[in-house]
This record gives sequence, structure tokens and C-alpha cells, in this order.
Amino acid sequence: MTQISLSGATGTTAAAVPAVQISGVTKDFGDVYAVRGIDLALNQGEIVAFLGPNGAGKTTTIDMVLGLSQPTTGSVEVLGLHPRQAISRGLVSAVMQTGGLLKDLSVRETVAYTASLFADTAPVEDVLRTAGIEPIADRKVGKCSGGEQQRLRFAMALLSDPALLLLDEPTTGMDVEGRRAFWSAIRADAEKGRTVLFATHYLEEADQYADRIVLISQGRIVADGTGSQIKALAAGRTVRATLPAADASRLSSVAGVESVDVRGDAVYIHAKDTDEIARYLLTHTAAHDLEITARGLEEAFLSLTGDDHDPTTTTSEGVSA
Amino acid sequence: MTTHTIDPSLRRVPPFGGFNLTVLGIELRRMLRNRRTVIITLILPALLYLMIGTNTSDSTQTEGSGNVSAYILISMAAYGAVLASTSGGAMVATERTLGWSRQLRLTPLSPIVYILLKSIVALALGALSVIAVNVVGVFNGEASMPTHVWITAAIIAWAGSVVFGAFGLFMGYLLPGENVMQVIGPLLAGLAALGGLWFPINSHSTLGHISACTPIYGLAQLARWPLYGGAPHAVWVINLVAWLAIFVGGAAWQMSKDTARV
Repeated sequence: MTQISLSGATGTTAAAVPAVQISGVTKDFGDVYAVRGIDLALNQGEIVAFLGPNGAGKTTTIDMVLGLSQPTTGSVEVLGLHPRQAISRGLVSAVMQTGGLLKDLSVRETVAYTASLFADTAPVEDVLRTAGIEPIADRKVGKCSGGEQQRLRFAMALLSDPALLLLDEPTTGMDVEGRRAFWSAIRADAEKGRTVLFATHYLEEADQYADRIVLISQGRIVADGTGSQIKALAAGRTVRATLPAADASRLSSVAGVESVDVRGDAVYIHAKDTDEIARYLLTHTAAHDLEITARGLEEAFLSLTGDDHDPTTTTSEGVSA
Repeated sequence: MTTHTIDPSLRRVPPFGGFNLTVLGIELRRMLRNRRTVIITLILPALLYLMIGTNTSDSTQTEGSGNVSAYILISMAAYGAVLASTSGGAMVATERTLGWSRQLRLTPLSPIVYILLKSIVALALGALSVIAVNVVGVFNGEASMPTHVWITAAIIAWAGSVVFGAFGLFMGYLLPGENVMQVIGPLLAGLAALGGLWFPINSHSTLGHISACTPIYGLAQLARWPLYGGAPHAVWVINLVAWLAIFVGGAAWQMSKDTARV
């Protein structure tokens, strides 16, 4: 705590201690290597999407940031503190998608219970009002709808005015309007310095609402950048053509070709400028039935996180690994 | 908050590991709102006393400084305290299953304070159970023993039941689920029979030797000891302390294994 050199109210993000500092972290459970070496620093006030398929190591990493489990090697710091110390100061909160509530407590009791555990919190009645759960304050949690329970979880998470908020698939089940309102509230808090790290499967949501996307696969970070940087990875189109006995190595040598997949009689060629490729295929080979499609974010996501790709080679084309 | 960065050194840690009266009050209220807990711990032992302890022909026969009815009253108070403390401890099973324990680990509440809170709640419930049986006994009028025996026996039954608060915790960590008491209830009834709460067991028989090794035996003997006076047997105390050590050790072991995903 003493080494923190913050300039207080006029502090700038650059001078501030990182909200999260993960250094050389691995985590294994016996023979299972859940996290294989992660280095990541999150600045204060950033909204970061943690994107990756199930089993990529997202949850394991988040658990270590929350101090719920210890890294096998490496270290995790939250605002320059051990995660557990940060939690005892009310600096970290998390909202999970399910669970974490007692059915036999009322909504008000749940908030009062949680509030009483922190040194400083907003008054319970204010929190209930802000979260829009004042009308159901006396209802048993078990009788609340899924949406009401989620609002309660958020109310609990915001009680201590956390500097770091971790969210697990935060907008699952919300409609478009709810999602927009949710993110504008999150954005407003981030402007006051709160860092938000959210785990998601939805690339579109990550792209739309996060300042930064960290793509994780098989226990490693495979890409880390802004939405547009991640999109750049996915830039380009795919030409599909029917070409029996295609010579993959010759096709790869054509100018502008990034990769070539031969699947039976079909050939898939990825490139930024596919017009030239199409012209080449039609004039220099027997290719026919050409189809040209844009590579979407989903495809980029799959190609970066897919099982058939070695993450270490994928990062070589990445923004920063 | 108008700053753009947050200074963690301005944040405070709550005193006493997060222990406070708001939480204790909510926990106590919660327990008394649970209909099954109230029936099992407050009504059942008193009812059992009325059924077993006041309807037999020998209930007024002399036993120690009191009568047979008093002997059964103390046994049922001890049984109630055991049930109450166990259910108090076993509440952690439900809380783990619901993810509440995980939620609490994201607050400043220290795990030791959490266990302390659960123990206070378990002992409070145990006290209510002992009081319920004794109040029923006083009003019923069948049981007779000197006042100091009433009081010391009740206090020993209650205090000794702390063993079963630890037992409940241990089971709560061992058998997660929302209805762990449905498993433990019959187990406790069996242990109560073996420990000599349902009927007296001849201590020189084979059953008597087995009985002396079971967890309720020490508590049952010690709770009834004021009725007879004299010095308590070392076996009773050893039984109680040994089982306390086993259950506390078991609970601590399970808790330390209780890592991330619950």
C-alpha cells in the first residue's frame, strides 16, 4: 500500500497503479493445466472483455483475481494489493450469473447483511432505490424472478463502490434495451475510475462495449487489443472454389494469399484482396463455382481460439500476445 | 467519487473480520423462521419428553436425587441440544450449495468469523431447545429433582452440544446439499440410542462398551451427572473431548479443501 504514488483527486490513469496486474501466472489442477502462463495488466477505468470458449481458463483466471484460488506460479495483484487484501477493503466485487443468494432472506436483508460486512458502504435504502428493487425489498429472494435476482446481485456488488468489478456473462437474458441501459451505466462508472472486466462468449458484445478485448484460449492469451485491432485480425475474405487436385503450395505462393485450406475438391483461400485471387483462379486454374465471403468476427474468434490451432503460432499474427 | 483513479489506501478494512450485530441478528431471525428447524429442535424434543417421560408407570420412581421422569427430561434436553447444534452447523451445507459461501468470500468477512457466527447461531438454537424441554417439564410437573440439578444439567446439556455444532459443520462440508439434515437426522437418532439417550444401557455389557465409544455417550452421561452427584467418570470427559477434537479437525480439514468452485 505504501508504494502507491497516486496524485489523489487529480490523478491520471497513467500514474495510477494498475487495477489488475497478472504476472507469469500458471494454474494447474493436478495434470490439468488450466492456465499456462498469463501476463496481463489492466489500467484503471478500462472496460475489458475477457473472451474465450469454455475451458479456456477465463474462470480460473478470474478466480485468482478474486483471491478464491492461488496461482501455481506467478503473482496476481489488484490495485497493488494481494487480492484478498483488496477484497477486505471493498475494492473488488464480482457478479456471477447464478447462485450466490440465500433464498430464505428478503431482498432488504440480503443487502443489509452484505453491507454490514464492509467498512464503508452506501446506505441500504439508497442502494435498494438505485437498483430499482425497493418495491420488492421485503420479498424473499427465492420468490424473485431471475431478472430481479440479477438486479439484487448488482446492488450487492456496488455496495462498497468497488474499483474493480468482475462480471460473468453480464447481459445474458437481457433484451436489447436492457443491454444498452446496462452498458451505459457501466460506462458512466468506468469514467469515474472503475475498472470492469467481463467474461463473455459474445464477440459482438465485447466489440461493442469493451475498450479492450483479451482473447484467451487453452490457458493463454492469444490476442489483446481494441475491438478494431481484433477485427483487423479477421480482416479479409475467403474465396471458396471447386478445384480437384489443388496444389496448395502453389496457391499459397500467389501474391496476397494468407492461407490455403484444401478440403477434398474444395479449396478455401484467405486473403485481404480476394479479387486478385479470384482472377488468378479463373484464368490460371480449372477452378469453378467460386464463392467469396467476408470473414466475420466469429470466424476470427474461432480461428484464434480453435482447438486445431496452436495458440503460440496464432499469436505471431496477433496484435500483441 | 469524482476522481479518475482510485486510491486503495483510502479504503478501510472493517474491524473484527467483519463480525457485526446486523449479521448475527439476521442469522438468528433466519433460523427461527425456518419451520422445519423449529419443529425438529424446539417442538420434537419436548414432545418426546411428554410421550416417553411422563406416561410410564415408573416415571415417578426415584432415580438419583430426582425421579425417572427427570432422568428422561435431561436426556431429551440433551437430544434437543444435539439436534439444534447439528442443524445450526449443517446450515453451511445449504449455503455452500447455493453459492452463498462463495459470495461471502468476496466480502471482508473472515472465514473464521463466519464459523464463529455459525457457532453462535447453533448454540443459541441449542439453548432455545434446552429451555423448551425444561419449560415443558416444569409445567408438566411429573419430573422432580432439586433446582440446582435442573439448572446444572440444562447448562451441561447445552454447553456439551458444542461438539455437535462442530459435527454439523463437518457434515455440512462433507455432504453438500440443501437437505443435509434429512441424512443427519436419522443418523443422530441412532447415535442417541447408542449413546444412551433413549434407554439406559448397562455399561458392563458389550453394548455398553460400544456405547462408550459413540459421540453422544459423553454428553448424555455428563448431562445426567448432576442427578447423581459425585465425581464424573474420566471416560465421559475423554469421550466428549475426543469427539470434539475429531469433529473440529474434520471440519477444519474439509474447510481447507473447500477451494475455488463452491
